[in-house]
Amino acid sequence: MTKQISVFIENRKGRLGEILDVLKEAGVNILSLSLSDTAEYGLLRILSDKPKDGKEALSKAGFSCMLSDVFIINLPHTPGSLQNILRVIADEELNVEYMYGLSFGGDEASIVVKTSDIEKAEDVFARHAIKTLGEESCM
Amino acid sequence: MIWSKEETLSRAEMEKLQLERLQETVKRVYEKVPYYRAKMDEKGVKPEDIKTLQDLQKLPFTTKQDMRDTYPFGLFAVPRDEIVRIHASSGTTGKPTVVGYTRGDLDTWTDCVSRIACMGGATSKDVSQICFGYGMFTGALGLHYGLENIGSAIVPSSTGNSEKQLMYMKDFNTTLLVATPSYALRLAEVAREIGIDPKTDLSIKTALVGSELLTDAMREEMHLAWGRDVNITSNYGMSELMGPGVSGECLEHCGMHINEDYFLPEIIDSVTGEVLPAGEKGELVITCIKKEGLPLIRYRTKDVTRLFYEPCACGRTTCRMENLSGRSDDMLKIRGVNVFPGQIEEVVLSVEELGPHYEIIVEREGYTDKLTVRVELNKETDSFAELQRIEKVTKNKLKVVLGLDAKIRLESPNTLQRFEGKAKRIKDLRKVNTKGEGK
Repeated sequence: MTKQISVFIENRKGRLGEILDVLKEAGVNILSLSLSDTAEYGLLRILSDKPKDGKEALSKAGFSCMLSDVFIINLPHTPGSLQNILRVIADEELNVEYMYGLSFGGDEASIVVKTSDIEKAEDVFARHAIKTLGEESCM
Repeated sequence: MIWSKEETLSRAEMEKLQLERLQETVKRVYEKVPYYRAKMDEKGVKPEDIKTLQDLQKLPFTTKQDMRDTYPFGLFAVPRDEIVRIHASSGTTGKPTVVGYTRGDLDTWTDCVSRIACMGGATSKDVSQICFGYGMFTGALGLHYGLENIGSAIVPSSTGNSEKQLMYMKDFNTTLLVATPSYALRLAEVAREIGIDPKTDLSIKTALVGSELLTDAMREEMHLAWGRDVNITSNYGMSELMGPGVSGECLEHCGMHINEDYFLPEIIDSVTGEVLPAGEKGELVITCIKKEGLPLIRYRTKDVTRLFYEPCACGRTTCRMENLSGRSDDMLKIRGVNVFPGQIEEVVLSVEELGPHYEIIVEREGYTDKLTVRVELNKETDSFAELQRIEKVTKNKLKVVLGLDAKIRLESPNTLQRFEGKAKRIKDLRKVNTKGEGK
């Protein structure tokens, strides 16, 4: 399991830049991010080398943000490998809130998965030998 | 503690005193203020026609417009020489209204504010920090002298520099806070940001708030921020009448006691001008019956309230006015519906995932008014479902209270403007292109 920073962000010019400025000042390096939005606002999700520092700096700067637990699943960089994992998730009726991709380069790819039931997810991934990255591997 | 014996007079004694003072005042303005003499002559009423308190109804009203027409000193009833202090309203909607005080008026003012401070729980042991802007605004100096008069130590810190305000508050062991409700909340917010817990690290026991409406929800929000044990009372006044000190809440929290030996109240229908019986809601009209410099006759306050004459459990017998439900000129008309900003505030404060600050935007799209309420998110979340739930709850509550659909705009904490004086939370953009309409 890995800590992700989730930030509430209004759809307003320059708002994303302000967040990135805060992270830069705090010396936090971004590994991956996903921005989803509605017409008025969005949620920015960030994987970084220092999630706690990043969250603290953003809170101090007045942003509404929190740390959430997500799974990073490694998978081979080949056609169909994502499908295999999603089939397991569907068969096991694991509820996925959202997911996005992450690549460190090389032969393996990763997806970031947020589920509503962490214990069940850990159990499902273990039983199906699905490899997830621990907190330390993300740094 | 009850400061003055006039606060416990029997109804008969009070009415006797009021009639004497009213007759004296009417006679004086008729003789000394040409503007009033002309108005009274026009209505065909002479000072000697005022034989009972009911005869007050024969006198003409005074409005803000009258004060503007006679700007700056036209309604003064004494030679300029006898005026020892001049204040003015902010004048955001036109020329400021100018008020002048004689030495006697300043004593009266001090006495009125001392009474209100005591009603709210102030004592000579208090250290009182006045977080109202000093200057032409009457709020700061009014509370300043009234509290000093009862023996409290005054910290005239004015507004601005919230961190320094909190430093004084902590280092001087300030026990009494004077501020607008929104600035009191802002101070608590800044305190938490810099690591001070207002409930445990500061010594505030009494808050005298004014210059803005104090809704029940706002009072609750202040208790959450400053502590359950803090006595929070609102007080009422306006510069035209004197400044703060016209009325104030006692610790029974059942309306604001009017200093009616100085300010004779009436409630009228704001459209017909007809006087309404006690207990009915309408516009508050005040006659100043013991003022020398600027004794206004039947001044229309534009504030909407009700009057109660039953004696209060606190021991005072003075007439009480209900905490204000709004100003007749703050009211917005949106799609034909009357909306008071206070109603929107009640809703915003009742949703715990939202902060206490808000902004109301009214626009016109085609022929339809559009209401948007900007609010600050007070909950951290990683879920759109949760954000949508918060929006929906707020929207539904507004629909129930106002009968109107509003658009909710969620914003990050600390995005909306904070106010140190009177909060300006309404943006009526309809007025820009539709002259004569809007609020």
